[in-house]
Amino acid sequence: MTPQEGRRPIKRSTVSDQQRRRELALVRQAQQRSDSQNRARRLASSVLGLHSSPEPALPDDAIEPEQAPELNWAQTEADLTESEVPARDLNVVQASKLRGREARRWFAHQLMLPEWMIDVPPHLDRDWYVFARPAGNRCFVVSSNGTTISRLRNGSVLHHFPSSLPNGSRTRDMSGPASSYSILDCIFHEPNQTYYVIDMVCWRGYSLYDCTAEFRFFWLNSKLAESGACNSPSTYHRYTFSVVPIYDCDQAGLRAAYSSVVPYVKDGLLFYNKHAHYQTGNTPLALVWKDNYCSEYFLDTDSKGLVPTQQQVVLEMQDDGRLTTSDDPPVVFGCVEADFIQKSGLQAGNLLRFAIRDESVSLIDGKLEIGDLQFVSKVNRARAFADSYSKVFFQYAARHSPLRIEDLAASVQPTFLLKRIVPVFGRLPWKFCTDGRDAGLLVIHIPIPSEKG
Amino acid sequence: MTDQVAAERPLASISPTISGLAMEVTQILLNAQSVDGTVRKHAEESLKQFQEQNLSAFLLSLSNELVSNEKPVDSRKLAGLVLKNALDAKEQHRKNELAQRWLSLDIAVKAQVKACLLQTLASPVPDARSTASQVIAKIAGIELPQKQWPELIGSLLSNTHQLQPHVKQATLETLGYLCEEVSPQVVDQDQVNKILTAVVQGMNASEGSSDVRLAATRALYNALGFAQANFSNDMERDYIMRVVCEATLSQEVKIRQSAFECLVAISSTYYDKLASYMQDIFTITAKAVREDEEPVALQAIEFWSSICDEEIDILDEYGGDFTADSDIPCYYFIKQALPALVPMLLETLLKQEEDQDQDEGAWNLAMAGGTCLGLVARTVGDDIVPLVMPFIEENITKPDWRQREAATYAFGSILEGPSPDKLTPIVHVALSFMLTALMNDPNNHVKDTTAWTLGRIFEFLHGSTVETPIITPENCQQILTVLLQSMNDVPNVAEKACGALYFLAQGYEDVGAASPLSPFYQNIIQALLTVTRREDAGESRLRTAAYETLNEIVRCSTDETAPIVMQLVPVIMLELHQTLEAQKLSSDEREKQTELQGLLCGCLQVIIQKLGAAETTKYGFMQYTDQIMDLFLRVFACRNATVHEEAMLAIGALAYATGTNFLKYMQGFYPYLEMGLQNFEEYQVCAITVGVVGDLCRALEDKILPFCDGIMTQLLKDLSSNQLHRSVKPPIFSCFGDIALAIGENFEKYLIYAMPMLQSAAELSAHAVADDDDILEYTNQLRNGILEAYSGILQGFKSSPKTQLLMPYAYHILQFIDTLYSEKDMDDAVMKTAIGVLGDLADTLGSHVGPLINQSVSSKGFLEECLSSDDGLIKESADWAKLAISRAVSG
Repeated sequence: MTPQEGRRPIKRSTVSDQQRRRELALVRQAQQRSDSQNRARRLASSVLGLHSSPEPALPDDAIEPEQAPELNWAQTEADLTESEVPARDLNVVQASKLRGREARRWFAHQLMLPEWMIDVPPHLDRDWYVFARPAGNRCFVVSSNGTTISRLRNGSVLHHFPSSLPNGSRTRDMSGPASSYSILDCIFHEPNQTYYVIDMVCWRGYSLYDCTAEFRFFWLNSKLAESGACNSPSTYHRYTFSVVPIYDCDQAGLRAAYSSVVPYVKDGLLFYNKHAHYQTGNTPLALVWKDNYCSEYFLDTDSKGLVPTQQQVVLEMQDDGRLTTSDDPPVVFGCVEADFIQKSGLQAGNLLRFAIRDESVSLIDGKLEIGDLQFVSKVNRARAFADSYSKVFFQYAARHSPLRIEDLAASVQPTFLLKRIVPVFGRLPWKFCTDGRDAGLLVIHIPIPSEKG
Repeated sequence: MTDQVAAERPLASISPTISGLAMEVTQILLNAQSVDGTVRKHAEESLKQFQEQNLSAFLLSLSNELVSNEKPVDSRKLAGLVLKNALDAKEQHRKNELAQRWLSLDIAVKAQVKACLLQTLASPVPDARSTASQVIAKIAGIELPQKQWPELIGSLLSNTHQLQPHVKQATLETLGYLCEEVSPQVVDQDQVNKILTAVVQGMNASEGSSDVRLAATRALYNALGFAQANFSNDMERDYIMRVVCEATLSQEVKIRQSAFECLVAISSTYYDKLASYMQDIFTITAKAVREDEEPVALQAIEFWSSICDEEIDILDEYGGDFTADSDIPCYYFIKQALPALVPMLLETLLKQEEDQDQDEGAWNLAMAGGTCLGLVARTVGDDIVPLVMPFIEENITKPDWRQREAATYAFGSILEGPSPDKLTPIVHVALSFMLTALMNDPNNHVKDTTAWTLGRIFEFLHGSTVETPIITPENCQQILTVLLQSMNDVPNVAEKACGALYFLAQGYEDVGAASPLSPFYQNIIQALLTVTRREDAGESRLRTAAYETLNEIVRCSTDETAPIVMQLVPVIMLELHQTLEAQKLSSDEREKQTELQGLLCGCLQVIIQKLGAAETTKYGFMQYTDQIMDLFLRVFACRNATVHEEAMLAIGALAYATGTNFLKYMQGFYPYLEMGLQNFEEYQVCAITVGVVGDLCRALEDKILPFCDGIMTQLLKDLSSNQLHRSVKPPIFSCFGDIALAIGENFEKYLIYAMPMLQSAAELSAHAVADDDDILEYTNQLRNGILEAYSGILQGFKSSPKTQLLMPYAYHILQFIDTLYSEKDMDDAVMKTAIGVLGDLADTLGSHVGPLINQSVSSKGFLEECLSSDDGLIKESADWAKLAISRAVSG
């Protein structure tokens, strides 16, 4: 006997997981379709919002940093701890209307900050890019509405200038009102007055936040030159922009980034995970590494530019006196006594510099712990952040057992056997130990392609 | 050759040819039923050729065969069957094709075929009559809607006055089939009245022949849909109901069964007309359930299940607001019958069959009774609990397994419906009892039902929406220990244990970081994998249940347990790899292998979606994508629809997770994408592939461009196809939007194809006459798809110098939105998309469309309505549209 058509026996399974999979897939697709539509519209609406509210015209050549807000900030420093960052969700164009402290607070949180490389990530050769970091000021360059503004890591304005970036000066044809702002992640290199663009966050209103590094770099390389921003300076283009050579982090790429000659002063190497999106704040998917050969600033210097005998760290004091790094969540390295706080007139949120004695540092389960912090001074208020945990660790390692270029090279597959024999790599011995065998003996391997061509 | 020539000559002159062929046809038809495969194949081939070469002669000779009483019964029967197949098919497009071919035949040929068929109804051979009845109904199904064969019903009715019972019987059967075949609209009320009169007279106890009474009762079952007017007339309704109720007391079991089938059909079609008969019907059904043979008793139970269905639907529409107006009021028949109905149903639970749990298709009194009890619980809620509890308490500890099983089954059946407040205290007491029974009861039926009941407890009384948790940290471990152990039990019990675990996990799906399952996660996965590898996992759909549960476990993993899911990836990949390596399989083994591949692809899909959704796990997962993609491509090469669909869904998730990096797989994957888009027959595959195109667009963005020519060609073909299931068409329109958004102004070259299609679909859907909910729902899906296409295209062209290309379409788009607004039958989804498109239009075309928008009714009334909507999404779209419009209008 079989049941009436359409009558399901109560004990028979109610679930069709396959149907559920289908439905969940449809829900996901519908959500994503709506997300991409909203993204397309949001980019537009921010521009519309800008147009609908009259903006005071800025002179093309207004390069003076905003003076009044600067003062404003100085007198209300204590407020810093009271209010959180205003509306993190503000978009960049709205943010560009922020003034003074608010603007700085907002922009200070928009950069992707690499962690310091304290050990070599797996698949370095396959999943990462490497490039030589130009020495200089890291900054965020926004071009919109006929002008270009660069802001330092702490949010303060570095330059306010006309540029050939899209909508970066008044001379550009602004016929497409919806093609709006562009945002570049740059390092301003003083000696040749050049902005080296190390990442592209938005281009002509097209957000690249959710794109992989692979794609962002591809876009950066193809779009920046088109705009004319790489041209020499002119009346409507005050500073030259330039890309840096970016390599796949295989042996050849690592070698090129490390040792080839570039028109700028190097300050270490940057490693970017190819699959990572542009994530604001500290991220382990971008890493910085340096040694004495590729950076003048291998060991941290003090305010006089000298390397102090003891390692120094900058930590942020919390309301309960705990001293923390800039990580999220913060790492606690120590605590300040209540009477010390009272005597010194320190306030929560202050950044403080401490010296650490080597013997007070211990590595427990791979974690760095500091037994004794010696107060040195309060830190210059222009500084926005405490040190990150990885920076403290890196600096500690740098003084004792640094991660060397040989260690990096050993972790990547050789690209061409020929290059392995060439013994030039600065002054450094080039160690081959892909098989864990004796470094001096060359073992010839036929490299196995990791991906199908 | 002669046949073709013959077809062009007048009918009279070809008669000799036909009779010659007809002679031969008998032998061919007999050969077609031969045990010798070669003979059979040859005969089938000849029939096919005959049909293709000369349809008229073919049909004539078949109908001649059918009508000739001197021919063997086997050849006559097959002649009728082949005739029927030449008129009707399952697939809609083939069905239409055959109908058209019949209609286009020479009128004299048709008349002769019909005459033969009607004449066959009087044949002394029952099989010939019965086959003719079906063929007549098929022809009626084609001709009556065309206002042809108007004399049919009259001539059938005149047959019913004949004295020979076999003619009467065949005629009533024909009327029954006819009512099944044609829709009530094409038969006028006068003829309906005559049909009903003939049918009800045939059912009357005074009719001497039981064959006639049975045929009449079955005919009434089909004719009920025609009796709307008669059921509104008190006297006529009383009469029909009396005849049906009398038939349930017939001496003949088949008549009683058929009469109860009529009552079931009446309960759903004429629920609101039943009030005055319910007392009698209860008496009749209760007697049948307790005393009659199983097929009759099952229909009697089905009557109550069907009343429950109706009341659940009505109460659902009330939406808890009992004062609301509804088309049909709830008469609370179940609530009123409850004190008598529940004991009757509980009695049935004790009539289990041995081995019913091992038999997938089993259906007996106990199963029907429990199913009905479950529906009653959903209908009346809390009221059922005190009526069932004494039965449970009395029987659950009895030595006879039937009593323990019935008690457990009763408990499991009433877990959906009553409020958690009512059930939670009972479940608290019952839970540990159930766990012990699942471990220790000596009887497999009891364990099976116990595991199922646990699953029901977790399904309905556990989860984030339940206030008082049934599962605590204390008993969670015990529950899991018992369930995992039961997975080693016999297949049917293990399958239920997997099901229980499925719902247990589902309840923790949105629990966040600290899932109580986390400490046991590794063990659970291990236990499920062990089940999938059991030798006997093919029985009782155990393997399927284990994989489905594994999927649910993956879905509810947390940051903490994500690494364990990551470890599962290579395990499932290896399993899939092994199925692909297996060679030289028997067809039976291959079928099993295919099923397994489907399950494994499904599992990978769930894993990909889970790991791909979080940044933290996504990168770790990327190490596997090359290999997974490689496996999927090999799966596609196996060509099986279900597996194809699962792999396609998985690839959609993979594309989402990998983003632009998916580009490297496109070359290898593209042929299968195209194949999926061409799969009209298995439209689910096609639908899913269309969805995957959307995923690819979002993943690859403008890098999808090189593949767009091929994709667009397929999509346009799909839209023009009348073979493709209609449900795939709205998503195809949405897909246009996805493509346009991805490739921006490069969509230019497709505009001349896509836009006219969108326009004509828009016109159709704007004015669709939606007389039922299904059509309205489909119409709205279509509108939504069209609007999503417009939205994507408009946004895609934004800030391009080519936006002007869209200007010619602006008027039409606005008109479409205006019409939707004035039709007032769009749903919330359409409303949100429509107001969004209005904004997109203003945003992309700016001041060029300002005046047009100003003139449209949408920009005022519709916008206002959306701005004041309670739906946040509609309001959000409307706010944006307002901003865009104000700019377009002012600038």
